Amino acid sequence: MGITPEELEVLGLSLKVAFWSVLVSLPVAVAVAYLLARANFPGKTLFDAAVHLPLVLPPVVVGYLLLLLFGKHGPIGSWLDHWFGFTVAFRWTGAALAAAIMGFPLMIRAIRLSFEAIDRKLEAAASTLGAGRIGVFLTVALPLALPGIVTGVLLSFARGLGEFGATITFVSNIPGETRTLPLAIYTYTQTPAGDAQALRLSMIAIVLSLAALFVSEVLVRRATRRIMGHDPEARH
Amino acid sequence: MTLKLDIERRLGAFRLKTAFEAGAGLTALFGRSGAGKTSVVNAIAGILRPDRGRIEINGDAVFDGERGIDVPTPQRRIGYVFQEGRLFPHMNVRQNLRYARLFSRTPEQAGQFERVLELLGLAGLLERRPGNLSGGEKQRVAIGRALLSSPRLLLLDEPLAALDAHRKSEILEYIELMRDEVRIPILYVSHAVEEVVRLADTVVLMSAGEAVACGTAEEIMGRPDLRPTSGTFEGGAVIDAKVVGQDMQYDLATLAFDGGTLMVTNVDALIGEPVRVRIRARDVSIALERPRRISIQNVLGGNIAEVGPDLGGIVDVSITVGSVTLRSRVTQRSAHQLGLAPGLEVYALIKAVSLDRRSTGAG
Repeated sequence: MGITPEELEVLGLSLKVAFWSVLVSLPVAVAVAYLLARANFPGKTLFDAAVHLPLVLPPVVVGYLLLLLFGKHGPIGSWLDHWFGFTVAFRWTGAALAAAIMGFPLMIRAIRLSFEAIDRKLEAAASTLGAGRIGVFLTVALPLALPGIVTGVLLSFARGLGEFGATITFVSNIPGETRTLPLAIYTYTQTPAGDAQALRLSMIAIVLSLAALFVSEVLVRRATRRIMGHDPEARH
Repeated sequence: MTLKLDIERRLGAFRLKTAFEAGAGLTALFGRSGAGKTSVVNAIAGILRPDRGRIEINGDAVFDGERGIDVPTPQRRIGYVFQEGRLFPHMNVRQNLRYARLFSRTPEQAGQFERVLELLGLAGLLERRPGNLSGGEKQRVAIGRALLSSPRLLLLDEPLAALDAHRKSEILEYIELMRDEVRIPILYVSHAVEEVVRLADTVVLMSAGEAVACGTAEEIMGRPDLRPTSGTFEGGAVIDAKVVGQDMQYDLATLAFDGGTLMVTNVDALIGEPVRVRIRARDVSIALERPRRISIQNVLGGNIAEVGPDLGGIVDVSITVGSVTLRSRVTQRSAHQLGLAPGLEVYALIKAVSLDRRSTGAG
């Protein structure tokens, strides 16, 4: 009942893709969420809608747009290839990009809410004590938004692990390169006598999701306690 | 050390148009809720931008509408203690107190941290989180945090508003101590007469967005024409006096002021110490001759300066005693029967004296 090397490869690839997608999108998400929570600028509504687009668009459409933009001959893809010799199309990095885009709205939402929940008066107090904009952000806004950031990271990570439509459209289903857990399960369901394999991988996916949920719950609770000086459960 | 301010700002239908100067010691910005007091301190701190005008600290403009000067809040070096404390919930008391050090480029004065801890009694709270502090403790930490930012001016915006009576008197004592020990001018916002009389060297009276009067606590509280504005203040006189004798047997202290002496019970002060007392108009009766065989200890001779307008069957009479003006509230009928008129020589019978302040601080 041990995990086969092939399963291990799928699992490792999925974790790698999800990890990098979160790592790369996190700083951008924090910046955008802060902007949306605090700044008012013309076109904010449109910008907000654009950020949320991956949430409502069919994933296949996102994958196709990524293929158009980042493909070997797409405007961004050819530029990346020309200047940096860097290709994302049909690579695991492309899978990470697709996962990042699909998880972005979820991450933004959680982080933005926690920025919006911060008492602005605390920030005013910080500025009277000598903190400039960046100082206020780093010492007050960011630490107080930590529970929201942890939640956002987890949601986006889970979304990345489960990403299917955009990934298969953008980077195809290449074993060892872009065949993540959902893609592998899909492949087995399309193979005669692949049911047992599909079920085993599904079990792995369930265990993984539960573990992620558990870890996030612990982290959020710890972060909240750190901030408020008491256990959030105590209020319920 | 002076704060000079002359600003205008429109806030919806409300118009703030205030000008005053404050010197060393504690200046109270006094007036009813909605008079614009918090807007004034927010403008000084740079949180509220005036439409026009000028704010100057020590001759140094932090805001000047005409010359386009608007020093950002972090660079103004003004300590601000907010009504609700506003401690950072994710930091313990030590980190809150040390917060300003993160952004300061000047080295800390040796021993300053310890001095503030001692002054405000914070040493035992350092590792606690704001969530586990009482209201009074929170305000003490907030005051300490503002002090440790090495401010040029300290703003306290109704720091006692959220506290119960017991905590209030505790914090008042700390504020008194701070006023006397720390040589930083303080602007203290309050709508409570007792706080203002007890703490203030100078009082700026605000009403409907304007500073309507400015002077010593004695002057402002004593002026009957300001009474509708000073509002909560019950008419009376504020007198600065000095302890000249203590009678242990009767627990009576003799206080001397420019105009005579007062005998007051339960004065917890040493001979020679300055004190401030308040005598309410309704605790003063008037006699045309010095009464004999009477329980009242304090009888002062003086002349009537003014008989006030009819306040519905009662009038307030001003009596000059030395350089001090006492007020007496009597019925219209007794004013007529006694023939009270300016210039008349009378005796003020004082039934109660309340002690407001042990020391007059920087003054």
